[in-house]
Amino acid sequence: MKEAAALLAKEKGSAFVLAGGTDLLVRLRTGFIEPDLLVDIKRIAATRSIQVTPGGFRIGAAVTGAELGEHAKLKKAWPGVVESANLIGSKQVQGRCTMVGNLCNASPAADSVPALVAAGAKVVIVGPKGKRTVPVEQVPVAPGRTSLKKGEIIESILLPKRLSRSGDAYLRFIPRTEMDIAVVGVAASVTLDAKGVCIDARVALGAVAPTVLLVPDAAKALIGTRMDDKALDALAAACSAACRPIDDKRGTREFRIKVAGVLARRAAQIARKRAGGR
Amino acid sequence: MPLDSTPQDKRAFKVVGTRPLRPDGIDKVTGRAKFGADATAPGMLVGRILRSPHAHARIKKIDTAKAERLPGVKAIVTRADFPDHTNGDAALFDILYNIMAREKALYEGHAVAAVAAVDAHTAREALKLIKVDYEVLPHVTDVDEAMKPNAPVLHNTILTDGVEPKPRKPSNIVRRYEFGHGDVEAGFRRADIVVERTFKTEATHQGYIEPHACLANVGPDGQGELWVCTQGHFMVRDTCARLLGMDISKLRVTASEIGGGFGGKTTVFIEPVALALSRKANRPVKVVMSRDEVFKASGPTASTSIDVKIGVTKDGRITAADATLRYQGGAFAGSPVEFGAMSAFACYDLENVRAIGYDVVTNRPKQAAYRAPGAPMAAFAVESVIEELAHKVGMAGIDFRIKNAAHEGTKSSYGPTYGPIGLLPTLERAKQHPHFKAPLGPNQGRGMACGFWFNFGGQTCVSLNVNSDGTVALSVGTPDIGGSRASMCLMAAEELGIPYDKVRAIVADTSSLGYNDVTDGSRVTFATGMATIHAARDATRKLCARAAQIWGIPEEAVTWEKGHARPAGPNAGNFPPMSLAEVAAQAGATGGPIAGHYEYSADGAGVSFATHICDAEVDPETGATRIVRYTVLQDAGKAVHPSYVEGQFQGGAVQGIGWALNEEYIYGKDGRLQNAGFLDYRIPVCSDLPMIDTVILEIPNPGHPYGVRGVGETSIVPPLAAIANAVSAAAGVRLTSLPMSPPRILAALEQQNAKRIAAE
Repeated sequence: MKEAAALLAKEKGSAFVLAGGTDLLVRLRTGFIEPDLLVDIKRIAATRSIQVTPGGFRIGAAVTGAELGEHAKLKKAWPGVVESANLIGSKQVQGRCTMVGNLCNASPAADSVPALVAAGAKVVIVGPKGKRTVPVEQVPVAPGRTSLKKGEIIESILLPKRLSRSGDAYLRFIPRTEMDIAVVGVAASVTLDAKGVCIDARVALGAVAPTVLLVPDAAKALIGTRMDDKALDALAAACSAACRPIDDKRGTREFRIKVAGVLARRAAQIARKRAGGR
Repeated sequence: MPLDSTPQDKRAFKVVGTRPLRPDGIDKVTGRAKFGADATAPGMLVGRILRSPHAHARIKKIDTAKAERLPGVKAIVTRADFPDHTNGDAALFDILYNIMAREKALYEGHAVAAVAAVDAHTAREALKLIKVDYEVLPHVTDVDEAMKPNAPVLHNTILTDGVEPKPRKPSNIVRRYEFGHGDVEAGFRRADIVVERTFKTEATHQGYIEPHACLANVGPDGQGELWVCTQGHFMVRDTCARLLGMDISKLRVTASEIGGGFGGKTTVFIEPVALALSRKANRPVKVVMSRDEVFKASGPTASTSIDVKIGVTKDGRITAADATLRYQGGAFAGSPVEFGAMSAFACYDLENVRAIGYDVVTNRPKQAAYRAPGAPMAAFAVESVIEELAHKVGMAGIDFRIKNAAHEGTKSSYGPTYGPIGLLPTLERAKQHPHFKAPLGPNQGRGMACGFWFNFGGQTCVSLNVNSDGTVALSVGTPDIGGSRASMCLMAAEELGIPYDKVRAIVADTSSLGYNDVTDGSRVTFATGMATIHAARDATRKLCARAAQIWGIPEEAVTWEKGHARPAGPNAGNFPPMSLAEVAAQAGATGGPIAGHYEYSADGAGVSFATHICDAEVDPETGATRIVRYTVLQDAGKAVHPSYVEGQFQGGAVQGIGWALNEEYIYGKDGRLQNAGFLDYRIPVCSDLPMIDTVILEIPNPGHPYGVRGVGETSIVPPLAAIANAVSAAAGVRLTSLPMSPPRILAALEQQNAKRIAAE
């Protein structure tokens, strides 16, 4: 991993990391980028495994969507994260695509990123100056731009150990049923107490701002409630209020604001159910 | 055409109507089939095209000097390499202007120069080194905007045809059309209820999976060959030869297997450019469009703006129907508005009817045919108003349509009087269909619509060779885009009285057959099929003559029956019947090879009608629409290969679903296309669709020996309206603009809620 980082650091021209390649190869083929260096990291052992650790899960940078979907323990602990990654592309793309690639592509519409943010995931970055660990939401800074410095590579994603009575979910709006890009994405992660009261929550939105948004007001709307209609209304309102979307070919501003609230309500209900709430 | 004396509906077919495997099937699923981009040649170069980034710009200068000096570049062509050989043929000049920009670039993606180089990388580098000096001009991409008096004018030569007096000032309105009969104003005076609405539809692309591709090879002696993915290689040959100033005989064109066309491959784009590059480089040149180029620089269909006004009596009889249709067909004349205006009211029996059409140019790619060109948009507008009127008079949509439907003897809205047609049978069958009575779930609604298409005949030439082992080789000149080789083999086998698998059909190159019109207008099963039948009959006459010779009796004393030459009657002599194989085996000794031929210009293509039923489910909180059930009922005349007829019914419905719900060309303020790729140009994926149910009706076409009607296009005519009517029933709001994308549906729902709240 260090050697790979060193190669990237040394290159004077344009250099890219290749893992799944499902974004990179498309950009290469269309002539959008003409790299001087590609560093393929998917043969590095550290990038290829999902490890259950005392702190939770460590997911290598080149682990594919299909592999995430086949990991029973991960799926049980973080079903929302896995379903978000499994929504990307097609069956064929799932055999290649990675969550780290999805994160580093830095699209505000990336499907797995809101779910990772809601999960409180962190990434381990390897670079010329050694390793550092940062929260996922600090990686993308603008559409197509990350906070990674020259020579830095994300080695793995860390997902925290799951508390009991917890659940997460991700929903996106697309005009079709698959093979599409989110017009709005919403992830919710909740933890309930024995009485079914929400004691912890994180809610994140995709495709409604230049980067994925963590929405503390949305979490506040849920914490301390039984996630009843009133709380869900407040959640929807908080999510709609947090949106800073644009009008574009994929949807209007008004549409995104409205649908962010609708999906937040639906995602929270799924997360609650997964947490054992009735 | 001479018709069979046997009443067609009583004819018992042996092979026609069965469902054998298609001869090209195995090759296509194993990857052995050769498509446009699969050809190679020794010394082949890669051709790439430089395209205008501007929607409208004067090209002041093109400097290729730097690109020419790049090692590996073998030829560069620009407008200077395409002198005008069109001799005043305006339509041909438009093609010339479209394949390579001349004084102006008229749309984003308009070809400006092309390079042939040793590899793709070098070609791409060379394009970057070509310096084009543009003077950017104001542009217009919307049809209504383009018709305004102060709109930027594309061509100073366009003075609107079809209006009196003819204007002296150029505009973007190419021509005005008018069709109809009776007195529309008088009809409206008699109406109890009149509904008048305005509709808009966005441009859509055929979305064929295979991008345009060709391999051109012109030698130093001026003789050329072209391998190309097209719906009509004879058209490609004639057009390219004329554009490049070549003798037609010096260009031989071979059609590759084709990965979809739907009308979009009935003209030329890259082919003359590849030939010009090859001629200049003296090397074979392959040009393959990227998907981005396909969207920006091939031929999508028109975007439209349509007004419809229909009046009815209280008891549901239409008294008058009037429409004004405005279609933009891109930067050149020829939007399909004429077909739109002709077909708009073709489903109805009307005393007073008028349809006016305006052909408009804008700064968009020149449109090409798309499956029933012009008709789906007109049907969307008309069938939406029909449904609304039915509800206003308190009738079910289907009963209202049955009451007003065109039938045999109706004078059609576009002129001719109908012969036997299948509209009423499709409506009556629809009413009996289980789909019509099935219960609906929450947020679901049911819609229906009818559709019409003319169908076409055209120039056709077929050869049928009888081999010495009794098998048959059939050569046709119409590229197979929907399983037509299978259908041709079925018809030849039927006539010859031999099994289907004894006949093998190929699409022959342009030097092997006489001219064939392109595969379009749902014409192939009808016209090439009829030519095949006649070529087979020509062969059986010759087979009979050979048998007569062998038996030593007169030719007239031999008939062809059940695959055998037989003495015509007891007086002719007592000879055991000779099979086709037995006669063929002796061909060498009885006069040489036996072949049947037929060439003609086919007439009598029977018009075709369909009724579609659609159930849609609309999520009231997001505006997302799902098609949950869909049924197509269509008259096929005679289904030669029912599986491929059903495939055509389903394919048209699916393309219509995409058009109705999500597909659209989205232009920015800068006049550039924002969604030139399948990510943001959303054709339906499998999981978006229900199984499309089909019902084939067979009302024989008297113009074909077996009663065949074309089936390929009618199926895309009703869906836009059927889905709009279903969405309206499900969501309680009527959308008059396509596509009915979720943001549009949600906005309409919110608007309606706001109105309701305001009213309360």
